[in-house]
Amino acid sequence: MENESGAWSPYLVGTLIGLLSMATFYFSNKPLSVSTAYARLAGMIGNLFARGHTENLKFYQDTKPKIEWGVMLVFGMLLGAFIAAVSGGEITPTWVPVLWEQRFGPDIALRLGMAFVGGAILAYGARLAGGCTSGHGISGALQLSVSSWIALACFFVAAVATAHLLYRL
Amino acid sequence: MSTPANPLPETAPPVLVIPAQTDEPNGAYEPGKPDSARQLVLGLVFGVVFGFLLQKGGVAHYEVLMGQFFLTDFTVIKVMLTAVTVGMLGIFSLRALGLVELHVKPTRYAANIAGGLLFGVGLGLLGYCPGTGVAALGQGNYDAIAGIFGLMAGSYLYAETSGYLGSTIQKIGNRGLIMLPDVLGMRLAVFLAVFVPLLVLGLFVMALLAP
Repeated sequence: MENESGAWSPYLVGTLIGLLSMATFYFSNKPLSVSTAYARLAGMIGNLFARGHTENLKFYQDTKPKIEWGVMLVFGMLLGAFIAAVSGGEITPTWVPVLWEQRFGPDIALRLGMAFVGGAILAYGARLAGGCTSGHGISGALQLSVSSWIALACFFVAAVATAHLLYRL
Repeated sequence: MSTPANPLPETAPPVLVIPAQTDEPNGAYEPGKPDSARQLVLGLVFGVVFGFLLQKGGVAHYEVLMGQFFLTDFTVIKVMLTAVTVGMLGIFSLRALGLVELHVKPTRYAANIAGGLLFGVGLGLLGYCPGTGVAALGQGNYDAIAGIFGLMAGSYLYAETSGYLGSTIQKIGNRGLIMLPDVLGMRLAVFLAVFVPLLVLGLFVMALLAP
């Protein structure tokens, strides 16, 4: 598959993300990481419905459900991607990716259901492993964390197997 | 392999004797305290840049991420490996100057492996990472909304089980904050002098084999 025509060189983008990493360490004393923000947001929703229960969970005693640096990072990412897509004429409103439609048809509910289930499994795994593609794959790996290189290898192996089972069977 | 539990990697590598500044250079971060308004604004600004780059790199497209797992499109690995190489050189240089401190992630072999494999299965089904998913939504891929709700649901489910996991799987192979040079018994500077050129070589090989 070719790159999208408007895409920048992956080496340029990678270099800039590496420099961005240096900036977050220097200015915020934090590594780039994304997945914990979803856990904080989920905890904030949990607080709305079952405050006592949510606060008693071991995870939320260590990771407070609140708006902090990482949650702001995710809000910013939504805005940044929107700006990039508008500036490149790449806003493509769609509910079902082209590749998915070729394989599974245009049923929106099927795609949304799979995305939800996939997202739930992914997030459970991210919390158990201690990070995601950003936290382990970029920030942890560049700091030579043993856990991150192990997790990254596991991410990749399992994703390759899953993608082949979905599309190549 | 006998890797001594090593709770403080900041002081562990014997090579860089210049200690990282304990007081953080700009706007101290203290765990437990709410982030300052300055930190929140910085988070937002860094997020805008990160989301912008992910979209421009093309990695927020479902087809590009899945192409990586079909082994037909190597954009994602190129971006990540380049970011890791540049960031590694940068962060360890800044640390040698005493300008940043490290945030090494704890190693718990069983949890890292089991969680990593689960993550990969979810990633193959969703087709977006937590980071590229929000970028995908920003460019109009509305299926990422369902993915984001799934991410929140899975996170809460993990929290429900976190007490049990903390007393079981998280304890298996718990090695603390170890780094690759610790495992290999190498000095940090020596390890970097070997590893960084290997990463660059890997990027060149990939550019040749999968342009």
